[in-house]
Amino acid sequence: MRHLLDIESLSRETIEDLLGAAATFVTPPPDGGALREKLKGRLVINLFFENSTRTRASFEIAAKRLGADVVNITSEASSIKKGETLLDMAATLNAMRPDALILRHPDAGAPQLLAQKMGCAVINAGDGAHEHPTQALLDALTIRRHRGGLPGLRIALCGDIAHSRVARSNIQLLVKMGASVRAVAPPTLMPAGIDALGVAQFFTMEEGIRDCHVVMMLRLQRERMQGAYVPSLREYYHFYGLDSAKLAHAAPDALVLHPGPMNRGIEIDGAVADDIAHSRIEEQVAMGVAVRMACLEWAAR
Amino acid sequence: MSMTFYNARLIEPGTGFDGLGGIRVAEGCVLESGPHLGTKPANGVGVDCAGLALLPGLVDMRVQLGEPGREHREDFASASRAALKGGVTRMVMLPNCLPVIDTPTMVAAIAERARRGGLVHIHCYGAATKELAGWEMVEIGLMREAGALGFTDAERGIADAAVMRRLLSYGRVHDALILQYPEEPALAEGGAMNAGTLATRLGLPGTPAYAEAMLIERDLHFIRASGCRYHAGPLSSAAALAVIRRAKAEGLPVSCDTAPPYFILTEEAVGAYRTFAKLKPPLRAESDRAAIRDAILDGTIDCIASNHTPVDPESKRVPFIQAEAGIVGLETLLGLSLTVAKDDPARLMAVLRALTCNPARVLGLDAGRLVPGAPADFILVDMEARMHVDSSGFASKSRNSPFDGQIMRGRVAATYIAGERKDDSETQ
Repeated sequence: MRHLLDIESLSRETIEDLLGAAATFVTPPPDGGALREKLKGRLVINLFFENSTRTRASFEIAAKRLGADVVNITSEASSIKKGETLLDMAATLNAMRPDALILRHPDAGAPQLLAQKMGCAVINAGDGAHEHPTQALLDALTIRRHRGGLPGLRIALCGDIAHSRVARSNIQLLVKMGASVRAVAPPTLMPAGIDALGVAQFFTMEEGIRDCHVVMMLRLQRERMQGAYVPSLREYYHFYGLDSAKLAHAAPDALVLHPGPMNRGIEIDGAVADDIAHSRIEEQVAMGVAVRMACLEWAAR
Repeated sequence: MSMTFYNARLIEPGTGFDGLGGIRVAEGCVLESGPHLGTKPANGVGVDCAGLALLPGLVDMRVQLGEPGREHREDFASASRAALKGGVTRMVMLPNCLPVIDTPTMVAAIAERARRGGLVHIHCYGAATKELAGWEMVEIGLMREAGALGFTDAERGIADAAVMRRLLSYGRVHDALILQYPEEPALAEGGAMNAGTLATRLGLPGTPAYAEAMLIERDLHFIRASGCRYHAGPLSSAAALAVIRRAKAEGLPVSCDTAPPYFILTEEAVGAYRTFAKLKPPLRAESDRAAIRDAILDGTIDCIASNHTPVDPESKRVPFIQAEAGIVGLETLLGLSLTVAKDDPARLMAVLRALTCNPARVLGLDAGRLVPGAPADFILVDMEARMHVDSSGFASKSRNSPFDGQIMRGRVAATYIAGERKDDSETQ
C-alpha cells in the first residue's frame, strides 16, 4: 500500500514505472477479464469536495476496469456540510476498511493530512493550488506517445500558473524527467519564486511558446477574470489566449494540451482546440483512465 | 526582616553587571544588590544560590492567555504556571480576548481577574479601536488611567492611514504607547505563509515580507508629526529592520520586538503543511532569520516576547490554510533566546536586556531590574543546563509548539515574585 500525494515526492524511476504500466492499459483487452482480477473485491472510495466530472468519472472507470468496488461521496452529500472535520470523516471512512481513497479537496495539503489517519492508500485527485499528480502523469503519457520521450522537449505551461495545481504537478514531473519547462503568464498570475523550481518565466505568449514542442494551456477560473488578476476577458484572450497566430510561434508540429474543462474563447480559441493537427485534448481524457488504472494498481499493491 | 540571596552569579542586564554577587530583599522589594553580597552574610541567614545565575524575572510583553473567552486553551492559572516554569514574572496580554478589551471597565476587570487568578503579574493592552475593527478610537485616556499599558489591535494591523494618524496624535496627549501589528492587511489577505518558492511549491497563498516594512514606513510620518510613542512587533523580516534602524537614527520614539520563532526557524519549518509552524506573521527566509538575530544583538530590536498563543488541536489539525496561527512560548522563551547568546558575554547581556529591562522601559514599568527599590521579581537559572523542548510536559493547557526536540540553553531553577518563591509549592 502506498500513497500518491504529489509528484514532488516521486522518484524518476517511479514515474517511469507508472507511465510504463499506464501504457499497457491504454488498449484494454476486448473482454477485460484478466484486468478485472487485479483489484477484484477491493473497495475504492471517491471522496470529492469539489465539483468534478472528468476526474471523478475517470477514477471510477479506472477502478471498475480493474474490478474494484467503487463508492462515490461528494461534498453536497457529505457530513462535512454538517460540521464534521476532515480528520473525523477520515476516521469514519477508515473504519469501513477501504483499499484506496481518492481525494479531491479545495485546500492544499488536505491529502497529506488525511493520509496520516487512513490505513489505506490515499490518492490525490487535486488539492487546492498544490498538486494534481494524475493529471501530470496523463499529460506526460500523452506527450510520450507522440514524442517518444520527455528529455530535451521544450514545453510551455500557459495561463493561470499561480492558482493551478495542474501547473505545479506538471512542473515537478517535467523538470524531473529532463524537459525544458517554461511558464507563460501575466505577472499577476505568475507565482513568486517559480524560477527556483527550474522553470523559465515568460510574460508574453509569442516569446514563451517560441519553438516549443508542447503548448499546455491552463484553465482561467471565472473568479479571477474580472479586474482582480486580469483587466478583462477580451484583454486576456488578446494577449494570452492560444489562437493559430500565436501557435505559429511554436514548433511546426507542436502538441496542444489542456486539462479541461476548457473556456473556449478565453484561454484557447475553439478552432485551435479542435485542430486535429495539433490538439491532443481528447486523447488526454483517454490517457487519464489508463494512468489512473496504473496509479490505483500501484497504490493498492 | 530582610533575606539575602548570596553566592549567585548576579546578572543585572540594566547595568551590565555579571559576576559573583547577591541581592538582599525585604517586603517584596530589592534593598540592595551587588558583588558585596556574594558570600554568606555575617548573621548566617540567607539563601545559598550555589553559583546559579540570579537575574530579573522576564517581562514578556506579548501573550495571549485564553482568558477570558477561550479558557479551554488557557487561563490565567495555567498561563501563570507556564510563566513561572519559564522564568516569566510579568506578562502583558493582547486585547483580543472575548470580549475584546476596548473599554475602561474591561481593563479594570482584567486587572481584578489577574489579582485573583494569577500567580505572576498580568497586565493588559487595550484595543486601539473598538472591537479591533480598525475604525473607531477607544477611550485612550480613561483606559490608560485604568491600567492599559498600551493600545493595539493585537494581530490586526491598523491599516487605515487616517485612523492611525488620529491614534498617534490623540495618544500623544496621554503619553500612550501605540503598538502596531505591522502587516499591510491587503497584502496579507488570505496569506498562509511567507511568499516565495516554498509557498508556490505547496500551493499556499503567501504574504510578502515587504507587507511588514511598508506599514511601519508609513507610520513613521505620523510619528514624526505627533511625537507619540510607537512600537512595532513581532518583527519577522530584514526589510522591517532597515526601517526601524532609520527611525531610531532619526531619534523617533520607536521600539520593536520579535519572538523566538523568528530568530530560530525559517519557512522551511512549514515543511509538508506543518500547522504548528503557521504563525502570524509567517516564518520567513534564512536571511530574515539571521537579520532578526543580529538585530537583537546590536540592539535594533528592543524586546523579545514569547508571543504565546495557545491554540487547541482542533484548530491545528485541519488543512494548513484553515489552521489557526500561533504557538505557545512562555515555557521556552528563555531557553530558546539563550541559544542566541552562545557563550559570549556581550551577546548574553543583549539577549537578557531584551527579555527584562528593555520591555519594562518600553512599557513604563518598574520591573526587569535588580536595583534598590525594584520589585523583588527574580529567577535562579542553571546557565550550563541543556534541555530539549518537550511539549508533553508543558504546564500550559495548549501544546502547539514547533520546537519539540529543539535544544534550549539554561534551566529555570526557581522563580521568585516579590521575594517569595512561587514555582514550587503553589504550582504543583
